[in-house]
Amino acid sequence: MDLSQLDLRLIGVWFNNMLAGAGLAPGIISLINWVVGALLLLIFALTLAIALIWIERKLAARLQDRLGPNRVGPYGLLQMVADVLKLLTKEDITPLEADRVTYNLAPALAVFQVMMAMAVIPFANGVIGADVNIGVLYLMAIGSVGAMAALMAGWSSNNKYALVGGFRVVAQLLSYEIPLVMAMLIPVLVAGTMRMNGLAEAQGGWFGLGWYVWTLPTAFLIFFIAALAEGERAPFDLLEAESEIVAGFNIEYSGMKFAWFYLAFFLNSWVLAAVGATIFLGGWQGPFVAQIPALGVIYFIAKTLLLFFIQAWVRATFPRLRIDQMMSFCWKVLVPMALLLFIAVAVTLKLGLPQPVQGVALLGLNLVILLATLALVSRAQKRSVGAGKRAFAPELPRL
Amino acid sequence: MLEHYGLIGALALIALIFPFVGVGVAWLLRPKRPDPIKNSVYECGVETIGDTWVQFRAQYYLFALIFVVFDVEIMFLFPIAVAFQRLDMMQVFYVILFVVLLADGLLYAWRKKALEWQ
Repeated sequence: MDLSQLDLRLIGVWFNNMLAGAGLAPGIISLINWVVGALLLLIFALTLAIALIWIERKLAARLQDRLGPNRVGPYGLLQMVADVLKLLTKEDITPLEADRVTYNLAPALAVFQVMMAMAVIPFANGVIGADVNIGVLYLMAIGSVGAMAALMAGWSSNNKYALVGGFRVVAQLLSYEIPLVMAMLIPVLVAGTMRMNGLAEAQGGWFGLGWYVWTLPTAFLIFFIAALAEGERAPFDLLEAESEIVAGFNIEYSGMKFAWFYLAFFLNSWVLAAVGATIFLGGWQGPFVAQIPALGVIYFIAKTLLLFFIQAWVRATFPRLRIDQMMSFCWKVLVPMALLLFIAVAVTLKLGLPQPVQGVALLGLNLVILLATLALVSRAQKRSVGAGKRAFAPELPRL
Repeated sequence: MLEHYGLIGALALIALIFPFVGVGVAWLLRPKRPDPIKNSVYECGVETIGDTWVQFRAQYYLFALIFVVFDVEIMFLFPIAVAFQRLDMMQVFYVILFVVLLADGLLYAWRKKALEWQ
């Protein structure tokens, strides 16, 4: 058997040939392709969400020295099936004075956002819903819908806790979108393309040293921290801080509408991990992927789950930040860092260095910026603690 | 190129309808026994006082303003990043000038204490 035949793209070719053999017009064939592709993505996303919830609950339990779900099915694998049945049959309580249209639209928009983001994620070379040439920009545009869904939920519930949660959504998700997108911009600058598949392609060769995480570690760090905040994960889960505002923006939601927010939360984390894996960890790149293209799926899923695992690990380990600390960290540390990194990388790329030297130069610059930031932050923190101020309020360095 | 957006359109339609299908199935299965106490706002058992939709703090508005500036900036930087390999030194200088001007804006907001959470 020829191993290069193990290519998921061939399924699509076979499917199209079958449709053409049935004597359908080309227009109908593309229509069927679109609908089947969209349905496949939807089914994949739903199955994935159930798997992710199980993984995260088990992980969080083991990290906190608990057992986690272990009653329903082997290793508690069927726990999520039981949960879905329960959520489907729960009474749906709408608060009396809620703004009904907005209230019902918000969970749908939350799901809409994560489903749409799935469309541009390359699972293997060419195995991608829609390889649009504005991939990264598309992700940024779709990501903004998520903040809107949470704000709508908070506003329409007619509940003060939910309203505070909604305001925090605006403050947190909007602020952290800047460093997130700035960090995604830097690989785009190096690769010269916004196509997600193109970004993964650009990281081939050099036995894995072509991955941008090796040449741009600081950009990856900014991306990861901002992704934690965008994914509403601890230590940045202020918008649903249980101890302060009960459950934040989704407090008044019950039954299936709550289930959609829950699903959107987990899928959003996975999408952010997948984007990180594609842009910084080489996506489907790995050993022998040129000979056996189907291996790309395994590499991609492994890298994504690694990032998801680290997210879950951080969530189970760290305490929550205060809102002023969180906003200071974004605007006074991450954003200046990302701007500086952009300028440094832009200049380095224009020096016309040969490939390996350029990689080393980028790595050096990244490390210098990271260490300088760490030094400045720790100095500012020492000074502010000494002056009896709040624990984290860095001052401008004296100019 | 345009055929890619066919799938995105189909997905948008399905992804927008699907959540309502889920809620519809739940509507068929679930009990419906509303009463005024159950439907009241959940605020830890205490009756809610005053209007919920109050004026919010100006702090959130300030951050939103700064966000808009930076978001538009990034919109401009993406096409530049894609075309970067074709730019000459002078154009790169202009790009850097653009980013430095924005960094200056951030510095101004910082000096004016717009970034302090009061």
